[in-house]
Amino acid sequence: MIVVIDYKVGNVKSVCNAFRHIGCDVKLSHNPDDITNAAGLVLPGVAAFGYAVSALGTLAELIKKLALAGKPLLGICVGYQMLFDQSCEYGTHKGLGLVSGDVVPIPPGRVIPHMGWNLVNLPEDMDLFAGLGKEKHFYFAHSFYPDITDAETKIAYTDYGFNLPAAVQKKNIYGTQFHPEKSGPAGLAVLKNFAKICGEGATKC
Amino acid sequence: MLTKRIIPCLDIKDNRVVKGVHFLNLRDAGDPVELGARYSEEGADELVFLDITATIRFRKTIVELVEKVAEKVFIPFTVGGGVQTVEQIDTLLRSGAEKVSINTAAVENPKLIAKAAERFGNQCVVLAIDARRSKKQLGKWQVCVKAGTEPTELDVVEWAIKAEKLGAGEILLTSMDADGTLAGYDNELNKAVTDAVDIPVIASGGAGKLEHLYDAIVAGSVDAVLMASITHFGNYTINQMKEYLESRGIPVNL
Repeated sequence: MIVVIDYKVGNVKSVCNAFRHIGCDVKLSHNPDDITNAAGLVLPGVAAFGYAVSALGTLAELIKKLALAGKPLLGICVGYQMLFDQSCEYGTHKGLGLVSGDVVPIPPGRVIPHMGWNLVNLPEDMDLFAGLGKEKHFYFAHSFYPDITDAETKIAYTDYGFNLPAAVQKKNIYGTQFHPEKSGPAGLAVLKNFAKICGEGATKC
Repeated sequence: MLTKRIIPCLDIKDNRVVKGVHFLNLRDAGDPVELGARYSEEGADELVFLDITATIRFRKTIVELVEKVAEKVFIPFTVGGGVQTVEQIDTLLRSGAEKVSINTAAVENPKLIAKAAERFGNQCVVLAIDARRSKKQLGKWQVCVKAGTEPTELDVVEWAIKAEKLGAGEILLTSMDADGTLAGYDNELNKAVTDAVDIPVIASGGAGKLEHLYDAIVAGSVDAVLMASITHFGNYTINQMKEYLESRGIPVNL
């Protein structure tokens, strides 16, 4: 079973709805036993970074421990940003530190937030994008992004006047700045790939 | 490159989608969940649901609607109508909405924008502005509240700038003069606001022909175009709109 971590921030339901839609067994939970026994974890996030980190509280250490032990973890939006060392959204806040890099504001000189559907170049060797072709549009809604300094990562970029890291993979740790649960058929295909990585069957897409 | 968004708007009254002219003479346009799912399948980039019965008070029925929509729609959607508190925003986001729009409550209590942004992030906070051309000052628009029934002394451009500073992540800009007329968006209004702020602006009110969408994007410099009458009553499909815009060199997600 895939567990979507419920830490009382916005829009966690959509992620569950999307997994159910593709035929996956999913549970929304903040119970440490559920999290420990999950086939894979999803850290969603519609929140400001600082609020999200404090809402996650003691679950942060557990998630970090499980991810380092090899359990597949997918961070979405702020959940993706939380994989990194720290963020400066409304003050400086520490992240999980699973992937090296800092979360910084999108540079001025363009419309901010980066909001809407942007084309993401999909590297062939990123498991989340298996079978999706070379590029797809995904839905973004954010004002900050991770400046990734980790050499052990694979990165998918989108063009927003600069190369914006749209998704990351470091071994079993995955993250997407865009919202796969809100990105129509392409997004559902990404979630289906994550379910496969977790060894969970997705019956339809 | 970031694409320009096509956003059907579903005004909800008594659990039905309705559409009027200048905010009046409402006509029934169907079931909100069914219509939302249809637009999502047809390739809409986003949806907006506005509970127009709820201008004074937030209604629980909109939460139930959001839950139903979120089970069927896998594109982002914004919900608004009578939202007054951070707790209500939290409830709507947790029920499956991607963004929440605030209008009257933000005018009455601008701090609500800041509080919501700090908790949920700017990208969740959509400021809806109902704008009416000022009869006193040429080239100015006044902010109207309570579903457009009450004009205020606020200038639209100044309010947009202030809201951006407070933490609004997007502006849903409706021209009350153009609403439902099918005569085109008010692109002077759109341009005045897009020149003044860096956050995305959604043009609303007046879409009747495909050219109107193009004009709002080019002349109004908006990031997204919202429409109701021309999609609800079958004039154009989402695909026709996108193909048209693409043929004129506008980036769209086709």
